[in-house]
Amino acid sequence: MTFDEIKSKLKNHTIGIAGAGGLGSNCAVALARVGIGKLIISDFDIVSESNLNRQYFFRDQIGQKKVIALKENIKRINPEVEIITNDIKLNEKNIVEIYKDCDVIVEAFDLAEMKKILIETCLSELSEKPVIIGSGMAGWGNSNDIKFRQNENLYICGDEKSEIAVDNPPLAPRVGIVANMQANTVLEILLAK
Amino acid sequence: MRITLNNRPESFDKEKISISELLKIKNYTFKMLVIKVNSKLVKKDAYNIFEIKEGDNVTVLHLVSGG
Repeated sequence: MTFDEIKSKLKNHTIGIAGAGGLGSNCAVALARVGIGKLIISDFDIVSESNLNRQYFFRDQIGQKKVIALKENIKRINPEVEIITNDIKLNEKNIVEIYKDCDVIVEAFDLAEMKKILIETCLSELSEKPVIIGSGMAGWGNSNDIKFRQNENLYICGDEKSEIAVDNPPLAPRVGIVANMQANTVLEILLAK
Repeated sequence: MRITLNNRPESFDKEKISISELLKIKNYTFKMLVIKVNSKLVKKDAYNIFEIKEGDNVTVLHLVSGG
């Protein structure tokens, strides 16, 4: 497929991004660059200085709502992408309402508790929908431990073991690998259609 | 009985076991798990009562924080 053919396929699709932190911001930017049609991005947080070691925000955006700042950054890269933002904390109820019409959902939370809520809600109420999870990416090095596998409609990206801790923080390189692996999986699903 | 656990064959010398027993036997001590049996989600409040039987396909997904 040429890039023009790829873009013309991607522009008809909608991707849900659940969380606009390290995974969500980088995955959304990658999808915008290749010409995805529409992104539905949800996050309740604001940009802080500690986010800048891995998240797609700029120093002068500290204090802004993440969804607003991310929309602005994506528009500067590709103004063609339609972006719906929800400044909201996701839960079992609103996940279904917000993401039910997406072609694929990208799980992009920080906390394992939230990852679990999203996955369980999708498995029980949106079971036909592909969900791409990021799990295990803290620290540095060990690139070969980061892998991809599919379990029915769940697609799992990450090393599935490196948990964040004070002495094992999430950092741009490994978080970026996983975020881009999630974006790459979106393409794999959409371009196979 | 024989089951498939995370794509690998496993056998146990019991006719059936609960999910809680399975997690104990396999020493899965992780806090955040998503468990599917034959493609269907089993929630945490059913781990003590849900019985895994011969031929079941069990997926235990372990979630770690970070993103």
